Amino acid sequence: MSKKIPSDIYEKTFSFRFKRWLDGTKDPFIDVIETKPQTISEEELERKEQYKKEKEERIKNLYTVGGSRRVKRFNKLYTFFCVAFCVFLVAMLLVAVSNLPAYGEATNPANNEVAKRYIEEGLKETGSVNIVTGMILDYRAFDTLGESHVLFIATAAVLILLAKTSDKTEEATGENDRIYEPKNDVILQTAARLLVPPIIIFGAYVVLCGHLGPGGGFSGGAIIGAGLILYLNAFDFKKTERFFTAKTYKVLSISALGCYCLAKSYSFYTGANHIHSIIPLGTAGDILSSGLILILNICVGVVVAGTMYTFYVMFRKGGY
Amino acid sequence: MEFVQNLPFISILVSLFAGPVCLLLKGKKAKYVNLFVIISVGIMQLFVLLHALKLKEAYTYSMGHYPAPWGNEIRIGILEASMALFFTIILLLSMLAGIREREKDIDSEKQNLYYVMTNLLLCSLMALVYTNDIFNAYVFVEINTIAACGLIMIREKGRTILAATRYMIMNLLGSGLFLLGICFLYDLTGHLLMSNIKEQVAILNVTGEYHMPLLVAIVLLAVGLAIKSALYPFHSWVPDAYGYSTVSSAAILSSLVSKGYIFLLIKIFYRVVGFDIIASSKVIDVLFVFGVAGMLMGSINAIKEKDIRRMIAFSSVAQIGYIYMGFGLGTVAGMVASVYRIVFHAATKSLLFVAASGLIDASGNDKHITSLKGAGYRNKTAGVAFTVGALSMIGFPLLSGFISKILFAGAAWETDTKMMVTLVALAISTILNAMYFMRTVITIYTPMKTPEVKEKGYAKIKFSEETLKNITLIGFIVLNVLLGVCSEPVVDLIEKGLAMFG
Repeated sequence: MSKKIPSDIYEKTFSFRFKRWLDGTKDPFIDVIETKPQTISEEELERKEQYKKEKEERIKNLYTVGGSRRVKRFNKLYTFFCVAFCVFLVAMLLVAVSNLPAYGEATNPANNEVAKRYIEEGLKETGSVNIVTGMILDYRAFDTLGESHVLFIATAAVLILLAKTSDKTEEATGENDRIYEPKNDVILQTAARLLVPPIIIFGAYVVLCGHLGPGGGFSGGAIIGAGLILYLNAFDFKKTERFFTAKTYKVLSISALGCYCLAKSYSFYTGANHIHSIIPLGTAGDILSSGLILILNICVGVVVAGTMYTFYVMFRKGGY
Repeated sequence: MEFVQNLPFISILVSLFAGPVCLLLKGKKAKYVNLFVIISVGIMQLFVLLHALKLKEAYTYSMGHYPAPWGNEIRIGILEASMALFFTIILLLSMLAGIREREKDIDSEKQNLYYVMTNLLLCSLMALVYTNDIFNAYVFVEINTIAACGLIMIREKGRTILAATRYMIMNLLGSGLFLLGICFLYDLTGHLLMSNIKEQVAILNVTGEYHMPLLVAIVLLAVGLAIKSALYPFHSWVPDAYGYSTVSSAAILSSLVSKGYIFLLIKIFYRVVGFDIIASSKVIDVLFVFGVAGMLMGSINAIKEKDIRRMIAFSSVAQIGYIYMGFGLGTVAGMVASVYRIVFHAATKSLLFVAASGLIDASGNDKHITSLKGAGYRNKTAGVAFTVGALSMIGFPLLSGFISKILFAGAAWETDTKMMVTLVALAISTILNAMYFMRTVITIYTPMKTPEVKEKGYAKIKFSEETLKNITLIGFIVLNVLLGVCSEPVVDLIEKGLAMFG
């Protein structure tokens, strides 16, 4: 049997407040937290308007996008051919894929002496417990050397496109994220303070143990880069600039790439000329083992972390 | 192993390492480092070529301690070495010719980035020429693409950003298709090394197994590289990319970057699939049709164009058409003609771009063809150079273009079905070439009859004002005449190289 409660007592209970909140008749934050509606300042509006105008002007000056009949007709044909071509391509590729050797068969052409030697001799020849790392950093190190330079050149291309030069007055026009600093988001900062050290340490672990287990320079570098980005987001440029500026990136990545180049030059040269390499492989499973792989992993990790962080900074307004 | 056999590997590593170093240096120092790297790499290629000629057979050089199918490998023969040497010479001349424009066009703080891109471009070209591993080729194709994109957009004026975006989209599509092709090939053969793939493909061809996926793989590789080298229907990025970038970039892009991809395609035809299989497949017929279409459409577009840089860019589309037409003939003579066309086009197109920039300078920086009236009198060296380049393009005797067209005609004679089409296309294309190039030459040598000119004469640009550019122009002219007059050793070299290639 339920008991009827008088309304003045009921109004003080949690369930009543919850019901009102559910109905939407009461906002729990009123009288509890100080709130202020967002206002857009006139300056900002003006700037927006101006920016819009400039953009239109620029587009008009640069690309004369005519609305002539020929262009319209072309656009229709273009859409049609696009769709037709894509359908054709998809169909062709699907048919081709269905004719490929079945996945996972033992008799497939891909299961040949190449893979066999990687698996059977990999540990003995490279000293790396992780065969994949042994493959990419020892057997096919030249490919990976190219790959790490791809990352580097991508950063250089982004620097060409977005690096701030002295004659551009981004700060005056407000195209700069630095005006929102110093940040003071307590939740984010507390979380970052707790999370960033483990993330970076874990990244370093993944880099350093790349030859012992899953991991390596590429994945570990990405983890470190993510940690740096989180740190930058939670705090501000002033804090990150104490230890990481454009100059740091340049010096770090160049010394890493140079180290990689030198180390591999030595092993390519001795390999091709059939000279015995003096680099010891160590005991498999030790942290200091597998010859050059550990050093190369560190180099790749540094390059990847720097690249990720630089990409993020460059794509923010304001730059380094 | 002799020390000289190490030089290809050293040249790749030196140019690779010079890329990051230039990021740390200031613009001027980076420029000198870059020049030093190009010259030293060029000298190394010369020694490699001499050694390859002496050796009379190709040799492989393993990159690391593991033999070929397990590790990476590069392969050095006559054709590779001569191409590498030739590319380096053109790169050096193009870089020297555009120094003043670069300083004007590029932000002073970003000068060094230009040299980062050039060094890595040189490295990727060397690696593309020498590599014997198809996945390794893909890695350096990536570097090549990004470097070329950087060279376009570093100017940051006019439509270069749009041009770079277009370039990037089309080229990434090409790279994607190329990678897909590699995946198919790997799945079918289980190898990434070119020689091993060739063995497996030959076996598959005999047994007739996996015929359809193999064909798709070849098509994907060919189309991917055709897009990247601007074969006719995929040429939409060409005019903007070549027309608005700074002079050295335009010269490098038109004469080296696209040629690197074409050389890779030749390599795939000869060393991955095998020339006999390619010659008997339908793939080359398709390339032939697109090549012929490109020859004609490129020239027609160039005739319509009023901007001299864009006109030369459209002419490139026509020239790429020639090269693919030579592939399409499916004979060794056709391949020789195509390779000679690569050499000819690289030498002539960079000459034309540099000469055009000299003419534009003499006409108040106006690229429109009507404002170039009398420019040949105002800047004499550029005028002469442009005339030589234009005559060579048309196929004037004694210049390299003439030899190239003779080679194509001779190659066409050997085939039965494609002979008429090739000869007619050559004739029409020559007439179209003459139309727009002679029009430009006549325009730049039309005397101006304004009263100012009659009184004071032309406002000339003296030789000493542009010494470096003029010297490079003379270098280009000499190269062109040499290729035309002494064509026999060059063609002989190409024939020997191609024979060694298979």
